Amino acid sequence: MTLLELTDVTAFYGPVQVLDGVSLTVPDGGAVGILGANGAGKTTTLRAISGTVRAGGSITFDGKAIRGMRPDKVAAMGIAHVPEGRGTLSDLTVRENLRVGAYLRKDRKGIESDIDYCLDLFPNLKERIRSHGSALSGGEQQMLAVARAVMSKPRLMLLDEASLGLAPSTAKNVYQAIGRLRRESGIAMLVVEQNANLAFTLVDTATVLETGRNALTGTSAELKGMDEIRRAYLGG
Amino acid sequence: MGTFVQLVIDGLSAGSIYAALALAIVLVNQATGLINFAQGGMAVLAAYFAYSFLQWGVPLVLAILLSMLASFVLGAIIERFLMRRFEQGDPDTAVVVTIGLLTLITGLCGWIWSFNNLQFPSLFPLQNINVLGAVVSVRSIGTTLVIVGIMILLQLLFIGTKLGLALRAVAVNPQSAAFSGLPVGRLLMVGWGLAAALGAIAGALIAPSLTLTPGMMDAALVYALAAVILGGLSSPIGVVVAAWMIGVLENLAAVYVPFIGFDLKIAVPFILIFIVLIVRPQGLFGRKDVVRV
Repeated sequence: MTLLELTDVTAFYGPVQVLDGVSLTVPDGGAVGILGANGAGKTTTLRAISGTVRAGGSITFDGKAIRGMRPDKVAAMGIAHVPEGRGTLSDLTVRENLRVGAYLRKDRKGIESDIDYCLDLFPNLKERIRSHGSALSGGEQQMLAVARAVMSKPRLMLLDEASLGLAPSTAKNVYQAIGRLRRESGIAMLVVEQNANLAFTLVDTATVLETGRNALTGTSAELKGMDEIRRAYLGG
Repeated sequence: MGTFVQLVIDGLSAGSIYAALALAIVLVNQATGLINFAQGGMAVLAAYFAYSFLQWGVPLVLAILLSMLASFVLGAIIERFLMRRFEQGDPDTAVVVTIGLLTLITGLCGWIWSFNNLQFPSLFPLQNINVLGAVVSVRSIGTTLVIVGIMILLQLLFIGTKLGLALRAVAVNPQSAAFSGLPVGRLLMVGWGLAAALGAIAGALIAPSLTLTPGMMDAALVYALAAVILGGLSSPIGVVVAAWMIGVLENLAAVYVPFIGFDLKIAVPFILIFIVLIVRPQGLFGRKDVVRV
């Protein structure tokens, strides 16, 4: 069953057109990657979904049109956006960040058990539970951003460059944890990633964007097999 | 010794009024990143509301509570229909808008209630009591205690409640907070409303001693801004302590430093600001903004 569907989505920053007809679908519980060079429109695609950039075309989630909805309303529908550059709230402690993530929930017990789950998923955060977001390392901030998204119990997670600025081993840890999260929770994921090798550890299918348009779409195996993908995104 | 204690307690009382206004400024700044120069004007307007309620025969405490409620609503409306248009743009523009708002409110108050001095009754009895051999007015002690109470309540709100947590989250990063489903616009309205209600308390505390005029809060606003800079924009407790420091030092300097006297005592907070800005630009209690690249 299709959970998220984008059809011919366009977006502008002022007079500059960034998306020129992007289409993609994410099945319920599936994981889809968005690959592409800098400026291809990957981040903007996620922003169009979460309502943080004005977009045209059609965006539906669970059969309902969500294009043009306010970001907090989109979040309330069950879409959690983990933005590029670590969406941690720097003046709040780790635990407070997690509680903010659960803002819309009323089930006190469920919230506590989900906090425990997040700390089990990212053991680094357990030791830093009282630290302020700004005192965490880059990797820990990324883990916290993902954990905050988990706390909202989303049906779909938008992950933007979770490996950005992280040491390769740290990035790998983060992706392993996200992989485990996916297996255990069944949350669908739309994953933007420069590092295609990492993305392919997580996603089943992917689309490649070029100057705001779909250039190629296929399964991970198909894409990995293509010479041009290897040259451009997989380092040989 | 008697004079000294009297000066200190009167200083704390004056400082408490600056503190109430300074806390309102910090609250808005924490939520929106702006300095609201109209905060003093809004406090005056609240005092006029309370004055009108009194004219209609409402008891004083209830009149002040009603003026706080009216201020809350007005603050929320100002955020929603005026400031919202400027929050995304250049912060300098927004600050100039608040200065315009101050002029507008002052003019409106004069137009509706006249520019004459109006009598406003005090919340506290006009009695003196003996503290450590000094004669101190009950009003000074009462004013100080009210501010201590408010400070504790604010601290509880921000640390202990879900609303407080949400307000802080929006202050740190509104967009990121929205990704967790926080209704950013509504929370900003609450922030402005709370600040306006806090200002209403400042207005009701200062009006009895200064008498009610449209420009009543002008000097207090200057002191409050001094307290905000001294205490650091990010620290509610810091600004209260700074406001008390200003009130007390100013009083002591006026009496004990002959060169300053009562005419020059307003210079005291500014000398403090100069020193603090040079030595510790983030304020005495503020946290330095650290940007991780």
